[in-house]
Amino acid sequence: MIDRSKPPVDAVDRTKPLVEMRDISISFGGIKAVDHVSIDLYPGEVVGLLGHNGAGKSTLIKCLSGAYRKDAGQILINGQEVEINNPRDARDQNIETIYQTLALADNLDAASNLFLGREIKKRGIVDDAKMEAEARKIMGRLNPNFRKFSVPVSALSGGQRQSVAIARAVYFNAKILIMDEPTAALGPHETQMVAELIQELKAQGLGIFLIEHDIHNVMKLCDRASVMKNGQLVGTVNVKDVTDDDILGMIILGKKPAHLAA
Amino acid sequence: MSDQGLSAPGTAQRRSVIDTLEIDVRLLGMLMAFAAVAVVFTIWTGGTFVGPRNVFNIAVQTVPVAIMACGMVFVIVARHIDLSVGSMLAMCSAIMAMSQTTWLPSVFGTEYGNPAVLGVTVVIGLAFGTLMGAVTGWLVGYQRIPSFIVTLGGLFVWRNVNWFTTNGQSVSLTDPNLLMFGGTEGVLGATASWVLGLIAAAIAVWAIFASRRNKQSHGFIVKPVWAEAVMAGLIVGAILFFVGWLSRYPIPEAKLKRLFEAKGVVMPEGYTAMHGLPISVLILIAVGVVMTVVARKTTFGRYIFAMGGNPDAAELSGINTRALTVKIFALMGFLCALAALVAQARLQSHGNDIGMLEELRVIAAAVIGGTALAGGVGTIYGAILGALIMQSLQSGMAMVGVDTPFQNIVVGLVLIIAVWVDIIYRKRLGLSK
Ligand SMILES: Nc1ncnc2c1ncn2[C@@H]1O[C@H](COP(=O)(O)OP(=O)(O)OP(=O)(O)O)[C@@H](O)[C@H]1O
Ligand SMILES: [Mg+2]
Repeated sequence: MIDRSKPPVDAVDRTKPLVEMRDISISFGGIKAVDHVSIDLYPGEVVGLLGHNGAGKSTLIKCLSGAYRKDAGQILINGQEVEINNPRDARDQNIETIYQTLALADNLDAASNLFLGREIKKRGIVDDAKMEAEARKIMGRLNPNFRKFSVPVSALSGGQRQSVAIARAVYFNAKILIMDEPTAALGPHETQMVAELIQELKAQGLGIFLIEHDIHNVMKLCDRASVMKNGQLVGTVNVKDVTDDDILGMIILGKKPAHLAA
Repeated sequence: MSDQGLSAPGTAQRRSVIDTLEIDVRLLGMLMAFAAVAVVFTIWTGGTFVGPRNVFNIAVQTVPVAIMACGMVFVIVARHIDLSVGSMLAMCSAIMAMSQTTWLPSVFGTEYGNPAVLGVTVVIGLAFGTLMGAVTGWLVGYQRIPSFIVTLGGLFVWRNVNWFTTNGQSVSLTDPNLLMFGGTEGVLGATASWVLGLIAAAIAVWAIFASRRNKQSHGFIVKPVWAEAVMAGLIVGAILFFVGWLSRYPIPEAKLKRLFEAKGVVMPEGYTAMHGLPISVLILIAVGVVMTVVARKTTFGRYIFAMGGNPDAAELSGINTRALTVKIFALMGFLCALAALVAQARLQSHGNDIGMLEELRVIAAAVIGGTALAGGVGTIYGAILGALIMQSLQSGMAMVGVDTPFQNIVVGLVLIIAVWVDIIYRKRLGLSK
């Protein structure tokens, strides 16, 4: 969104998948947190990930963001198989993640967090003034009310922290964006801002995985929805073809609605 | 990182002087504690405490602990601890003592006191210290053994490997080139000290205004010029006072005579010379400056603080926290070796108990200086000041005849009280950590 030479919408090839996760499995001790799950994502598309608490949503996307190593399965980016062993590998693939737990260093200020791991340097020395100026620019667009640039982020509200985390993901030309419950801590106004942002990024051709519990938001923002239960994929549906109740049924009953099950 | 933002032009006048000067309140507290110690003992000793001679001695005695405390800040900020620094100091000291007196002379066939031998010795010592630290860091970072355990083990291991290295014997060290690192035997004299002091003052002023220009170039509101000028004035004043004071501490006549005799000339009648800055203090200042720059202005330092603030966030931000841990402990080991060099030069020998219990003083210095054991918070200048406060207390008490056991009791109490006051202060301000 910032400094991104906006690709014209139709220049993005929307017919080839950006991400394919095939047969992904990962277990902790005896628990199969993710059990042979396959999902994919196209450019300019928002795919919702739904399911009960503990269904395995965060764990699945952490295999993509490099926080966990999958036990089995393949990940393809633009049709090429890639190994993602740590967060640096994911960043190299232009994958940015907003974690459920936000993953901010509480003792550092907003700009230091925004640039953590990718500091702007001048002659080998971190250029705090420049980073703060950049942070002010992007925050001015994402959350114009944000003023607290010179205090540690521990002094920020949940919503303000969220906007720092979002700014970090958006600043660095992500092609694939993972958002794990980005609006969980937000008020209605901020939630609306995030929704607009998602639409804007989508229009630029990013692919977005959105983990979200609010069915209403899913129906509004997502093109497709993948539902998980007990580590397994229940199914993936086109949001246009289903109702709220169909999706709720998938989450609760763990099977696809009858009219799509064929 | 600490400007007042674009949005606060109207409020600037209403802020207090301390706010405007942007002095860290904690630093102010420590400076006041230090001043209190100085005033009490100055009155108690009828002025001797702040005399050039005692200021010189305190400065020289503080150096080894202060050097290590700088490294300990990084270790603690990263949520680790290093209990082995005293033993690592002893180990490095043993290696350097043996290599300069026995090993290298027998390999090269030179006499004790050969400057090349000393040079190689120092390199060996520093390399060995770094290696010891790196091993600790590997066990902690890659093998996930808690640093408390690894370094508690290290405390026992290195202390006793040290014993075997010298066969339990003390090694007397007389090489004048080595003794230069110790303090009294290695001073710059008045003129050179003044020159250095003026250069340092000029650099400090330049740094303050360069940082101001950088902020302005990005359109941030900066402190009023008078506030910058006051800060610059205070810093320049402190530097020149320190230099000036030490340059008034004369070298005893008997020693001057000896020095002249060693050169084979007769000392002119009425000749005097001043100590000036000790080389060991210069080493400490260099360590302090470099470590401060590393902490604030390099990604290495930034990552250490990020890791201390939230290890998961650091990892998820793509920081290799394991390698970072190795580097932190390796740096600690390096500084232990440097401290060992200064300590053995000051004591003019290597003894088995060199650096004994020093780990506790080093940790205490860092903590008194405001380093939070919970991680993520700490400053280099604080740790140096912490070491200085402890040494001043001890030296002051020794001067007025307080027994050693009681000195240690006071130091222990001061440690607890310093942290207690800090907790109360933070509660008042509503700060979480
Ligand atoms: N690091 C871990 N160690 C052990 N078990 C884990 C770990 N991470 C996740 N799990 C387990 O894996 C399962 C899936 O967890 P996950 O966090 O993916 O759920 P989720 O779908 O994101 O739930 P929520 O909606 O509550 O965020 C849970 O049973 C959880 O206890
Ligand atoms: Mg989750």
